[in-house]
Amino acid sequence: MTAEIGHFALILALLIATMQATLPLIGAHKGYGSWMATARPAAVTQFGLVAISFGCLTQLYLTSDFSVLNVVQNSHTAKPLIYKIAGVWANHEGSLLLWVLILSLFGSAVAVFGSNLPPRLRARVLSVQAMIAVGFYLFMLLTSNPFERVFPAPINGQDLNPLLQDPGLAIHPPMLYLGYVGFSMAFSFAIAALIEGRVDAAWARWVRPWTLAAWCFLTGGITLGSWWAYYELGWGGWWFWDPVENASFMPWLAGTALLHSSTVVEKRDTLKGWTILLAIITFSLSLLGTFLVRSGVLTSVHAFATDPARGVFILAFLIIVIGGSLALFAWRAPQLVSTGVFQPISREGALLLNNLIMATAAAAVLLGTLYPLLLDAIGGGKISVGPPFFNAVFIPLMVPMIAAMAVGPMLSWKRADLKPALTRLWTAALAAGAIMLAAWALFADGPVMGVLGIGLAGWLFIGTLVELGGRLQLFKVPLSDSFSRLRRTPRAAWGMTLAHLGLAITIAGMVGAGAWRTESIQAMKPGDTVTVAGYEFTFDGAKDGKGPNYSITEGTFRVFKGGKAVVTLNPEKRIYMVSKRQTTEAAIHTTFFGDLYAVVGDQDPSGAYVTRLYFNPLVAWMWGGVVIMVCAGCLSLTDRRHRIGAPAKSRAQGRVTAQTAGA
Amino acid sequence: MRKALFALALVFAWPPPAWAVNPDEVLSDPVMENRAREISRGLRCLVCQNQSIDDSDADLAKDLRIIVRERLTAGDSDAQVVDFVVSRYGDYVLLKPPFKLATLVLWLGPAAIAGGGLIAVLMFFRRRRTGESAVQPAAVLTRPPPLSDEENRRIEELLKDDAP
Amino acid sequence: MANRLVYILPLMVFLIMAVYFAIGLSKDPSILPSALINKPIPEFSLPPIDGGPGKGFSSADLRGNGVSVINVFASWCVPCRVEHPLIARLAALKVATVYGLNFKDKPKKALKWLQEMGDPYAAHGSDPKGRVAIDFGVYGIPETFIIDNDGIIRYKYVGPINPGRLEKEILPIIKKFSP
Repeated sequence: MTAEIGHFALILALLIATMQATLPLIGAHKGYGSWMATARPAAVTQFGLVAISFGCLTQLYLTSDFSVLNVVQNSHTAKPLIYKIAGVWANHEGSLLLWVLILSLFGSAVAVFGSNLPPRLRARVLSVQAMIAVGFYLFMLLTSNPFERVFPAPINGQDLNPLLQDPGLAIHPPMLYLGYVGFSMAFSFAIAALIEGRVDAAWARWVRPWTLAAWCFLTGGITLGSWWAYYELGWGGWWFWDPVENASFMPWLAGTALLHSSTVVEKRDTLKGWTILLAIITFSLSLLGTFLVRSGVLTSVHAFATDPARGVFILAFLIIVIGGSLALFAWRAPQLVSTGVFQPISREGALLLNNLIMATAAAAVLLGTLYPLLLDAIGGGKISVGPPFFNAVFIPLMVPMIAAMAVGPMLSWKRADLKPALTRLWTAALAAGAIMLAAWALFADGPVMGVLGIGLAGWLFIGTLVELGGRLQLFKVPLSDSFSRLRRTPRAAWGMTLAHLGLAITIAGMVGAGAWRTESIQAMKPGDTVTVAGYEFTFDGAKDGKGPNYSITEGTFRVFKGGKAVVTLNPEKRIYMVSKRQTTEAAIHTTFFGDLYAVVGDQDPSGAYVTRLYFNPLVAWMWGGVVIMVCAGCLSLTDRRHRIGAPAKSRAQGRVTAQTAGA
Repeated sequence: MRKALFALALVFAWPPPAWAVNPDEVLSDPVMENRAREISRGLRCLVCQNQSIDDSDADLAKDLRIIVRERLTAGDSDAQVVDFVVSRYGDYVLLKPPFKLATLVLWLGPAAIAGGGLIAVLMFFRRRRTGESAVQPAAVLTRPPPLSDEENRRIEELLKDDAP
Repeated sequence: MANRLVYILPLMVFLIMAVYFAIGLSKDPSILPSALINKPIPEFSLPPIDGGPGKGFSSADLRGNGVSVINVFASWCVPCRVEHPLIARLAALKVATVYGLNFKDKPKKALKWLQEMGDPYAAHGSDPKGRVAIDFGVYGIPETFIIDNDGIIRYKYVGPINPGRLEKEILPIIKKFSP
């Protein structure tokens, strides 16, 4: 019964969404208040229905109901509880259900908390949201029904891919989806604005929290995936320019650009058409990401070969959503009036440069990801586009951007002078030079790019601090004055500063882990010692054990540095009982300067084990920097300017907000 | 990421996987081994998804890694080793696609996009400087409607909210 | 007007991409064309499966003896089992000499497999390390090659062949290159 209830709730949600997609839109056009008013209850009802549906699927997984195909294919009675739950979305059908759950959640959030939105805009936004939802419901009900029954029901399931039975990867998809779907809000606002023919500072402020939240989730989601690859794949790689990764990275690049351009709309009333276009592109790339990964147009078209309906539906859906919105853009965007004027050298100019580079980067990643497909389509032969291509294109784009990132926040709006900004940055240049010299002294035999990269990170970090110091008038006015300036700095400005600092730290981590890692692969017998980057790894042998649904071989390494014990590492090799697949669980010891990383492999006939030992420098910086960036995003999200229209709190009245500061 | 590998495994068959770069493969000469690693990183594992033979635990990847080392030991140059593999498996094995007619758009695309974007930005500034007379008439026709009372009231509220 | 065009540009770019996507949908990215089509076969000489009949085969056997087919198989390969009856049917038609290349297999298992499934091959060769297969650009088995009278590779199919593939592609190509 549960499966049928879930299925029925989904059908009802489709009906409600269809109504929500049409009535409020017509109402907003014709000025029928009562028609517009249907949007809010409809959005809330829709969410309720999808929640029921999602609850049903979860229940089916929890009870291991193997009369449902989806459960059979992705679960097993012996699977731990958390992965039974994660199994709900670790597959094509279930992940779509999660997608619409989040979509309807956000929609109802607008309905419930959007009292400060003008009724017309709200009606249109909810209507556009419902249109997207209709597409997803139809796709699920017609081609990817998670509630499909199977007869006769098998005794047990086929289990979830063991690589996916991992805490990092269990929450990775929901995070990504929160990001993707968050961008759908920016998209809906953009479409509503195009219909309305009006984009202003208020619009930019309504869109900004959604974009920011989506960006935070997407950043976190991508990093979780990267972190998972780092500890799970057994050799410390964290980014592969894999199509699956690129699919989530493209909306991130476009979304980052959107985040920056929307501040220009908010503060300077210009770049409107471009910002709207970015909102459309960001969500389009999110849709592409959702579908390309799950349906496998890139990874393997076999999914389509077995079910052509899916491919055709996805293409039709993308054409309607993306093509439709771009057509609307072509028609309506020229009528958006911008009033702000600015010089090329100005804060706006710097943000525009950021946009240009980010958009080019997104386009380059898109080109590289899709090129093999496009070339094949015209019969141009099969080629591969891998990391060497992406690095060759991406790094030259990022270098000038990071260099400019330190300068941009120092420029004033409208019109600025480059010279004073650059003179203020002499400390940053000095610091960058010193860091490069130090890096060169330490890793003279390493790649030159590593030295340059770490210098760039230093330049950005110190440059951002210099900008902050300038804003606080540090050492120019009494310290207490600086302190009160610090307190008055709006949270959005703090967000910018912290995010840029976080990025600098992340870049340092990427450079370190990319350029200077040490690796040692060998066969070790118990008692053997190997030295990696000054750490002595003594292998104490391995023993077999059992996990809930897998068997383990667990190795033990005692690690010493200069005779002093540092840590004991216990890497595992797991063999999952149902699928017979093998996974590695690396043992990682994180230090400030780098990770000790040990993996144990197979035993050879002589009794020695294949071991892989690594020292991955500065890896923790990479994750730490991202955490800072996400926190910065959250901090910016709490800025009171995003809560405009909310009843003014008496406490807020007394506070001063520097309108011009921050981005 | 490696999901696709399993999907492929259902269609084509390979012996059970071994682990990427095993100690028995490693050459004793570190310079030679470094060259081998560098070459391996640029060669695609054919049965995997966008993975180099250096990262892959697939059997074919292992065979190719050994071949790369054999050719190097036999005195081949890096280019000769790569050619050896390309002659058997085609350009598809190169993770960095060669620059030729078919990849012209790929290699020049990013530069073209950046250039196009730059030109668009320059045009944007030029148009700004010469005044907006060209777009003005259309803009006047579609001016947004005047603010409603409700909106005016909210602006007041906002202004009040932001005041010191 | 030029201004207008800028606004239409994104739509145009997207529509072009959509057309490519539509064409791309019908293609299978996991099937790779062989780099060796219309190239001469690599030089090789394979011994028979250890303990089995025949004396193996070599590149010399594939030149001047009419059209040949090389079928790469192994006992551990499940899809090979699926296509084996069709290989047998092809061999029975006697339009080409069908060779079996036993890929990375244990001789005992391979011989047992041939005993069970039937041995349609004119000769089989054992390639325990898979080196000859790599010279042929094999990346996943089963794979089937058609080689003309002059020892030029004319066709390759990756994956288990099915009746349609046999009738519509393999037999016509064999016919085309038959002297």
